[in-house]
Amino acid sequence: MTDAVTLAAHDVRWEADGRMIIDGVTLAAEPNRILGLIGPNGSGKSSLLRLLCRLRKVASGVVTLDGADIAGLPRRDLARRLAFVEQQATTDVHLTVCDVVRLGRTPHRSAFASWNAADEQAVEAALTRVGLAERHHQPWHTLSGGERQRVHIARALAQDPRELILDEPTNHLDIRHQLSILALIRRLGLTCIVALHDLNLASLFCDRIGVLHEGRLVACGAPAKVLTPELIRRVFEVEVRICEGTGGHRHVEYVVDHQQGDSR
Amino acid sequence: MTHAAVSPNWPARIALALAALVALTLAVALAVTVGEMAIPLPVALRALGNGLFGLDLPVGAIQQGVIFDYRLSRALMAALCGGALAISGAILQALLRNPLAEPYLLGVSAGASTGAVCVMILGFGGATLGLSGGAFLGSVAALALVALLAAGAGGSSDRVILAGVAGSQLFNAATATIVTTLASAEQARGVMFWLLGNFGGVRWPDLWVATPVALIGFLICMINAKALDAFAFGVDAAASLGIAVARVRLVLLATTALLTATMVAIVGTIGFVGLVIPHAARFLVGPGHARLLPACLVIGGIFMILADILSRILVPQQILPIGIVTALFGAPAFALILYRARRSS
Ligand SMILES: Nc1ncnc2c1ncn2[C@@H]1O[C@H](COP(=O)(O)OP(=O)(O)OP(=O)(O)O)[C@@H](O)[C@H]1O
Ligand SMILES: [Mg+2]
Repeated sequence: MTDAVTLAAHDVRWEADGRMIIDGVTLAAEPNRILGLIGPNGSGKSSLLRLLCRLRKVASGVVTLDGADIAGLPRRDLARRLAFVEQQATTDVHLTVCDVVRLGRTPHRSAFASWNAADEQAVEAALTRVGLAERHHQPWHTLSGGERQRVHIARALAQDPRELILDEPTNHLDIRHQLSILALIRRLGLTCIVALHDLNLASLFCDRIGVLHEGRLVACGAPAKVLTPELIRRVFEVEVRICEGTGGHRHVEYVVDHQQGDSR
Repeated sequence: MTHAAVSPNWPARIALALAALVALTLAVALAVTVGEMAIPLPVALRALGNGLFGLDLPVGAIQQGVIFDYRLSRALMAALCGGALAISGAILQALLRNPLAEPYLLGVSAGASTGAVCVMILGFGGATLGLSGGAFLGSVAALALVALLAAGAGGSSDRVILAGVAGSQLFNAATATIVTTLASAEQARGVMFWLLGNFGGVRWPDLWVATPVALIGFLICMINAKALDAFAFGVDAAASLGIAVARVRLVLLATTALLTATMVAIVGTIGFVGLVIPHAARFLVGPGHARLLPACLVIGGIFMILADILSRILVPQQILPIGIVTALFGAPAFALILYRARRSS
């Protein structure tokens, strides 16, 4: 099989309620690079990510990790390789920051194994990396949206993964925290697949971008190649101008005719 | 910064386990000595020595019988039952992510009452089946129905809860129909009494069944303690942490159901314990299941023994149904815990 390294989807399909949600998607992550997934609401980003993590079963096609079908991997082995940060995951259980991050060690511990130095070190390192080292004992329900997102990322890091999958990690964050989360993800140097809404952030932080439209991958490649006015018009139904931003990144400028209001 | 200890704190753990054991023993000792027939502690100890170790110490035959065959078996059964119900409640609350989940949610008690009524009033099974056998079969029938309903509806947490509610209503209606149309007033009273729970009929053979069931059930739950923690953020989060969600859910739902069905078959339906003790235990030891489940076992056991003592001595010449006592004293105690937790947070 091609793409024998890291995570790849080969002609993957998934349907729900008799509707095709993911319709023949083929894409591969590149090791230690960030692959961004963009697409309108309901285009299937979250669904595709869930298939890549084997949280749903593909109807046809295969998802491979280092060339092996992930359907054949024990769940626990998969969880040591690949971590997932959900779009919105919260809990009513009274957990502290530390409790949540410790959950990330679950796949590394057997049923009766006690908490050991390696576990503790992984948790400490993860919390430090997201800048929450001083917040160990803060209760989950008192955290802000951005802090929760960072705790989830720390939990994922405590899993010690090589592949990290994130579903809209910048959701609900102010611009400073959006930038800092994405900068953090870049610094990690892991193989990342991340669903994003902001085209400019995708252009700034992703090595490659995949564009989903009605369950199909309509483009995939370097931001400069993918982000064209034609594609954005076709997929998002908005008019844009593409300018050269700082550092050679593409900058997407939205064209709004204030006289006409809605451009459609 | 004070982080949790890196190395497992074995001395502290052993001390805690010993303390729990001592507390349980004291509760049992209290249950054995307190009652309508006042029996001094030395006599009680001698009776225990005779019963447990086959000694031949001087004790009156009646006292020997009351202490060993009646009160001790009853106290131990209360401890097992309280522990089993509390653990079942804690697990269902975690699996279904619902703080109101309790052991009878899956139709176990409704099915048991239908089964018991079938034996008591319709005379099914005659002497071979007995009340407990009928109740157990009823529980299993109700569970099977609820499981079918839940699986057919997709198996998500809220569907399981709804299926449990529907199944319980159906079996409760069946019980009510049989009682109202066929039972004499005397029989109806008997059914009512049974439904509210009663340790009066407990004898040693019941313990030979309940003890292994409770211990094996507890062990299975402990093996899955870490997996239960991972359910905090839902099934997808648990799965992405490497938990075999479907298998863990099936094993734990079946285990709690059988634990509960066994207890209900022997002592009837005792409310409150399975719902509230897990919350009380969480306030004391936190949400981690490796500590929560043993805490539930001990607290539930002690609570039930104390409730049983109260049920025997509260109204002279009469035994209150245990289910009334657990709620009557448990509710204010829990209100106090809630109040203190609010102030401390
Ligand atoms: N279990 C399901 N049953 C039925 N339809 C589903 C299911 N899961 C997803 N869908 C549908 O699939 C489509 C894609 O959903 P998905 O959540 O993957 O979109 P998305 O690209 O992540 O959207 P958003 O940007 O809003 O997060 C939606 O139309 C959704 O309604
Ligand atoms: Mg989504």
